[in-house]
Amino acid sequence: MSASAHSMIEIRGVTKRFGSFTAVNDISLSVREGEFITLLGPSGCGKTTLLRLLAGFETPDAGSILLAGEDVSHLPPYRRSVNQVFQSYALFPHLTVRENVGFGLRMQQVPAAAAAERIREALATVSLEPMADRFPHQLSGGQRQRVALARAIVCRPQVLLLDEPLSALDAKLRHAMQLELKHLQRRLGLTFVFVTHDQEEALTMSDRIAIINHGRIEQLGDASEIYHKPRTPFAADFIGQANLLSVTVLSRHATTARVRLDDGLELTVSAAELPAATQTALISIRPEKIHISKRPIEAENVFSARIQEEIFQGATDQLWLVTDQGTRLHALVANESAMNEAYHEGERVYCSLHPDDLVVVQSA
Amino acid sequence: MLAAQISPPLALGDRRRPGWRAWALITPMVAWLLLFVIMPTAILFVYSFCERDEVGGVIFHFTWENYQRVLDPVYLLIFARSIGYAGLTTIICVVVGYPVAYYIARATEERRNRLLLLVMVPFWTSFLIRTYAWITILKQEGLLNGLLQSMHVTTGPLSLLYTPTAVVIGLVYAYLPFMILPIYGSAEKLDNALIEAAYDLGAGPLRAFSAVIVPLTMPGIAAGTLLVFVPAIGMFAITDLMGGAKVPMIGNVIQNQFLQARDWPFGAALGVVFMLMFAITYGILQSRHARPES
Repeated sequence: MSASAHSMIEIRGVTKRFGSFTAVNDISLSVREGEFITLLGPSGCGKTTLLRLLAGFETPDAGSILLAGEDVSHLPPYRRSVNQVFQSYALFPHLTVRENVGFGLRMQQVPAAAAAERIREALATVSLEPMADRFPHQLSGGQRQRVALARAIVCRPQVLLLDEPLSALDAKLRHAMQLELKHLQRRLGLTFVFVTHDQEEALTMSDRIAIINHGRIEQLGDASEIYHKPRTPFAADFIGQANLLSVTVLSRHATTARVRLDDGLELTVSAAELPAATQTALISIRPEKIHISKRPIEAENVFSARIQEEIFQGATDQLWLVTDQGTRLHALVANESAMNEAYHEGERVYCSLHPDDLVVVQSA
Repeated sequence: MLAAQISPPLALGDRRRPGWRAWALITPMVAWLLLFVIMPTAILFVYSFCERDEVGGVIFHFTWENYQRVLDPVYLLIFARSIGYAGLTTIICVVVGYPVAYYIARATEERRNRLLLLVMVPFWTSFLIRTYAWITILKQEGLLNGLLQSMHVTTGPLSLLYTPTAVVIGLVYAYLPFMILPIYGSAEKLDNALIEAAYDLGAGPLRAFSAVIVPLTMPGIAAGTLLVFVPAIGMFAITDLMGGAKVPMIGNVIQNQFLQARDWPFGAALGVVFMLMFAITYGILQSRHARPES
């Protein structure tokens, strides 16, 4: 129970149903103070419902939610010290930027002078001071997003909830805002719960990521753990790209195991990954983990393949390989130098895989 | 008509200067307005400065006398009373209509359409028949009195009909849909996220209502107010039928001047003052409404 003393948010076995549909299915999650946690998943996975449960727009059918140690499961949103940045921003169209940002302070009856100072501070934080007297419809999408952010942080919430706040911005602005949000979170030391379906956004910003699918947490971990050690096929496939291959276990040794792909190719994997009685498994290989060379290489797990398709993407080359045994693999090579050897469709190449890069995501 | 359909639509640049086709299309409307709105109003305006002869004819001789009579306390009182009744009617319509409109706007789409239909059902029957129906309900030996007495709430019949209360009941009944529909229109467009944002920022239900919901549905309230107040102030049929001509409103007085009293110039003067009153009120409302836009 000492863990809950330090956690800002404690979700305990929360379930939420809408009719016969279970949006959130027995989720437990604990978030530390000052942590940036991302709820990542496809649309309809329950991530937004979980956020709405935290905000107080929904009440759980089972389980409880603790905020800084206090059970808030059945408190209305206006009695919780959390604030949300809405996906649509939800700026009040009849109020100026200043009035929008000051809305929460007005509701808390903060004295006018103190409120004015806090509004100025919040607007300065998002570099929007010159826009204070404009109406939302006079602002660009990015500016509106900043107003929504300022309006939420000016209330000094214990937790800031962000519901896909960047999804309406264009790619360039989105990337800039990702970093800006991350910096802001560090500077304010605020606990952020960020909802997104964009895995790149999640990897860029989060301290920890909770991958949510069908109302459950599939995997919880930091970005690198989630990326390098996916624990389920869904996690492997949803984050980044992955070659998912089913294998049969042939033999086990002290630290390694021998497995055979359906097409007959035999590979060595790390035994630590493989539970004792496993006979068949599903392994995930990240495209960039496939090392490619035009000359034969001395390494483990070497096999040859033919380049079926090559797509130049600037920094990288996307390759679709077909092994001699007929398995299709997706590989990614960095274009390190224009002088580098270029790969062309139809060429034969040698591939190698490090045993640690073969990640078991399912076993039976 | 056919030619207009076949010919290509006007290019964007031509929008500012409508071609002959556009003029041809709006000519019937312009002619109608000229003939039945502008002309009668002009005639009314001219008559209001004329004198009346013994048999009720109009003598074209300039005079301010009609306007001096308008300022007579008798008529000022009737003006004031009309504004009072229409104002009370409008307030009751807002208070009763707002929750109804808001509820309909927040209902599921299927329910919404069914409820809207119910609001409009009264329009399927003639206005006069509906007013007579109210007389049947409110009169001494009417439905309401019968019910109250059979339930022993009252011992004798109450005088409900031919009172100011009856007039206001009739006005509210007649104009309530004109309040509900515009408020529904703006409440339906209200983004639910805005209400949630208000809650999220610490507003309880009452504060969310007064600080967010009301301001954002204000266009509907304003339109409804205009649609109820303006016709209510000039209404004469309901005041005649349900008020028993005991509580005349400005509409009754004007109607009387033209029919029973046969004093067209004075009736015209009352009409012109009445119209100016609206024009000025409307102008003020418009300029206030336009302010935040600019």
